[in-house]
Amino acid sequence: MARKKRELQEINAGSMADIAFLLLIFFLVTTTMDVDTGLMRVLPPYVEEPPEDQPDVNKRNVFVVLANAQDNLLVEDEYMQVEDLKDAAKEFIIGYPNDPGNMAFPEFEPASNKPESYDLIIKYWGADYPVSKQIISLQNDRGTSYDLYIAIQDALASAYQEVRDDVAKSRFGKTYDELQKGNEQEQEQAKAVKKLIAQRISEAEPKDIGQ
Amino acid sequence: MQIRKKKKKDLPPVSTASLPDIVFMLLFFFMVTTVMRETSLKVTHVIPKAKEVAKLERKSLVAYIHIGPPLKPLQSVYGTEPRIQLDDAFATPKDIPTFVESVKSQTNEAEVPLLTYSLKVDKDTKMGVVVDVKQELRKAQALKINYSTTKIVDKSKL
Repeated sequence: MARKKRELQEINAGSMADIAFLLLIFFLVTTTMDVDTGLMRVLPPYVEEPPEDQPDVNKRNVFVVLANAQDNLLVEDEYMQVEDLKDAAKEFIIGYPNDPGNMAFPEFEPASNKPESYDLIIKYWGADYPVSKQIISLQNDRGTSYDLYIAIQDALASAYQEVRDDVAKSRFGKTYDELQKGNEQEQEQAKAVKKLIAQRISEAEPKDIGQ
Repeated sequence: MQIRKKKKKDLPPVSTASLPDIVFMLLFFFMVTTVMRETSLKVTHVIPKAKEVAKLERKSLVAYIHIGPPLKPLQSVYGTEPRIQLDDAFATPKDIPTFVESVKSQTNEAEVPLLTYSLKVDKDTKMGVVVDVKQELRKAQALKINYSTTKIVDKSKL
C-alpha cells in the first residue's frame, strides 16, 4: 500500500511541445505581416455652396495640373508626361525671385511667370523672409484612371519633399527626414523648413471635363 | 584505455527539454502580432505604387474602404464594373455616411479625430467612383484619408 502512494505518477509533458507546435503553426499561417502604407491626405471640409467671391489668386501663383479622361496631362497649358511632372513642380516651388508683380493690370501677363511672395517671420531665417505664394491646383476628370491620379499625387509630394530636402541640406546640413527624426532643436528646424516650403495642393471640386 | 572507452559510451544526448519553451516563445510572439482579418474581400484590387508613402500606424484606428471590380465568382451577379465594399457588403456612395457613423460610434470618443479612412482602390478604377466616395467622406466629416499604395524601392537611394 505504501508503495503505491509513493509512486504517484507525474503528468507526462512530452506532448506539450506538439500542442504548442500545432498552435504555432496555426498562428504562423493566419498571420499577415503586411504593413499598410499609403499617401496621407486631409480633405477640405464640405461646404454646401462654395462661396461666390473666391479670393482672387494671381495666375502666376498657381501651378495648374489637369488630367483628362484619356489620361493625358496638361500642366500649365502644356502637354506633359507624368514622369516630367516632378521636375516641373519643383522648379515652380523653388522659383520665388520676387519682383513686384503686375497686380494693377492682372489682364497682362506678368513679366515673370514665377509666383509672388509674401513676408513671413520664420525662425532661423529671420523676420520678413519672402515666402512663395505658390499653390498647386489639381483637377481631374471622372474618367481619369486612379493609377494616374496617384502618380500625380506622388509626383507632387516628391517635388515638395525634394525641395524641402534641398533647403534643409543647404541650411542645416541634413535632409528633412533626418531633421524630423532628430532632437528637439532639429525638429524645430524641420518645422521652419515646412513653414518655408508649405505643401499647398488644392483639388478642384469635381467636374466633368470632356468625356 | 578504460577511461577512453567510458567517455565514448557516456556521450549525452542533446537535451530537448527546452524545446517547448522555445516553441512557446515563438507562439506568443505570433499570437501577439497576429491581426485577424475581419472582413472577407469581395472585390479585387491591385494597389498602385508610389514613392512618398507613409506607414499607417494604429490599425484599430483605420477604417477600410475597398473599391475594385468584384471577385470572379461574383461577377455574374454584380458585373465587372468597380464596386465599393464597406465592411462585408457591397455599398453605394450613399451608404458611406452610415458607415462613417458606425465606425465613429465604435471608437473611443477621444480618438475619433485620429480615425483614418484608408482607400484601397484598384489602379484601373476611374476617378469618378473615388471622387464620389471622397465627396461623401467630406460630407460625413471624415477628412483624414489615406490612399493605400505600396512603396516603390528607389534603387538610386540605396
